[in-house]
Amino acid sequence: MNKVMNVEIFKSISWTKSALITLMLICLPAQAGVPMPDIPKGKGDKCVEETSLMRTDHMEMILHQRDETVHKGIRTKKHSFKECINCHAVKDENNLPVSYKSPKHFCNSCHTYAAVKIDCFECHASRPDNNKLNRTNSTVKRSKTNLQ
Amino acid sequence: MSDSKQSITDKPIDNYRRKFLGQLAAVTATGALGSNLILHNFAEARPADQAVTSNVRYGLLIDTSKCGDGCNACVTACNEENGLQDLDRPETDAQWIRTVKLKDKSTARTVSLPMMCQHCEFPPCVDVCPTGASFKRADGIVLVDKHLCIGCRYCMMACPYKARSFIHEELTGQVQGIPRGKGTVESCTLCVHRVDKGERPACVEACEKDGHKALIFGDLKDPTSDIAKRVSTEASTQVRGDLRLNPGVRYQGI
Ligand code: HEC
Ligand code: HEC
Ligand code: HEC
Repeated sequence: MNKVMNVEIFKSISWTKSALITLMLICLPAQAGVPMPDIPKGKGDKCVEETSLMRTDHMEMILHQRDETVHKGIRTKKHSFKECINCHAVKDENNLPVSYKSPKHFCNSCHTYAAVKIDCFECHASRPDNNKLNRTNSTVKRSKTNLQ
Repeated sequence: MSDSKQSITDKPIDNYRRKFLGQLAAVTATGALGSNLILHNFAEARPADQAVTSNVRYGLLIDTSKCGDGCNACVTACNEENGLQDLDRPETDAQWIRTVKLKDKSTARTVSLPMMCQHCEFPPCVDVCPTGASFKRADGIVLVDKHLCIGCRYCMMACPYKARSFIHEELTGQVQGIPRGKGTVESCTLCVHRVDKGERPACVEACEKDGHKALIFGDLKDPTSDIAKRVSTEASTQVRGDLRLNPGVRYQGI
């Protein structure tokens, strides 16, 4: 697993899904001259599945859960997107969870590295809803400049 | 996605079968027991890992005579619960519930009522949706799967109740658990996230808290539920009942 990687091998692998993921797996123990993604650790000591499986298959799990929840009303916590966000929240200097706009956000750590773009956070909250954090009362009007 | 398609096309058959079996059961019950006793399951909170079934049909009964004068507690509660923000664009701002004033021209009697998605049994918004995003859950709740919505807005045109809105602006600060975003259509979900936990919609709770109790929520198929008892013994109407969409939302006092 922690073979020393060099840039030649890195470049020669085609950008397919499996190659990309394998690459990331091999690269995880940061070594050699290749810059590595800095992945923040989640709360507790275990993820909802084996860490190696999470690295390769997290998208399948949440996409499956998505259809189960939306169409069938199945709301198990294990693969729930909301739970990923809660457990993987990364705090900023002020001890507040960062949003997906921050490069430090858990889901950004690898995605930026692997040039993956997801649109989930155009709708989904990218951080836990602490005391309805960041949300003003519905009676308070928001100006358009406030939208960013 | 294919799953949902399947369940949508399966519906009519299910309906026929249910009706047929239902009649059969009623006949047998009256025959065998010599009474109109009907056996049924009691409503119980559905476990999180179990899918919704068509054994329940959720609905609302709205008694407009109990609505407070100028009260819009249900609207405010809905906005708060679902994080609907006012963007100073009244033409397009999201509205899952709105208060509508009706005036009878011949008598000048006015009534105001809360209008939201009527959760039709035969929803025209579902018929016209080109992607399957607009769908009816097995328990009768009509929803938009925003993951599939392409924002064409056919459903908005098809809805005789003008119950849906379109999100024109990029949003930030959405409530966790109520994802909303630019380019998709949305409407009252009957607070599906609460219903799935065995709770009642936010509007119903707010109305009760204000002491009006104008809205009741429940399972129309459970004869022991408040809503089923009320609709079976008191007069209630469906708005535009002539369209035969069989809305799950019924009104009194209009
Ligand atoms: C209960 C807390 C918890 C929840 C909920 C949770 N995770 Fe994790 N996750 C962790 C922890 C802790 C680790 C690190 C495990 C390790 O070091 O082996 C981790 C690791 C991961 C990794 C691998 C990161 C790496 O270091 O390579 C991914 C990807 C991941 N999680 C995605 C998810 C997704 C997607 C969800 C939602 C379906 C989720 N997690 C839900 C706690 C959680
Ligand atoms: C261990 C690194 C890593 C972490 C952490 C991570 N991802 Fe990923 N994710 C990837 C890689 C690599 C891909 C691209 C796989 C591919 O090309 O199919 C990906 C792809 C995805 C996709 C599919 C994108 C598409 O267009 O097909 C989704 C959705 C996704 N991730 C969601 C998340 C979410 C949500 C989080 C945070 C909870 C997260 N990921 C955290 C590595 C990671
Ligand atoms: C256009 C808005 C929108 C976008 C974009 C979007 N979602 Fe959703 N998502 C929703 C809505 C609405 C729900 C239903 C919420 C409910 O009923 O609880 C939902 C529910 C879910 C759920 C089930 C609830 C949970 O927290 O587990 C999952 C999983 C999910 N989405 C995953 C995703 C993923 C992964 C992406 C990105 C690839 C994504 N969504 C993008 C609107 C969106």
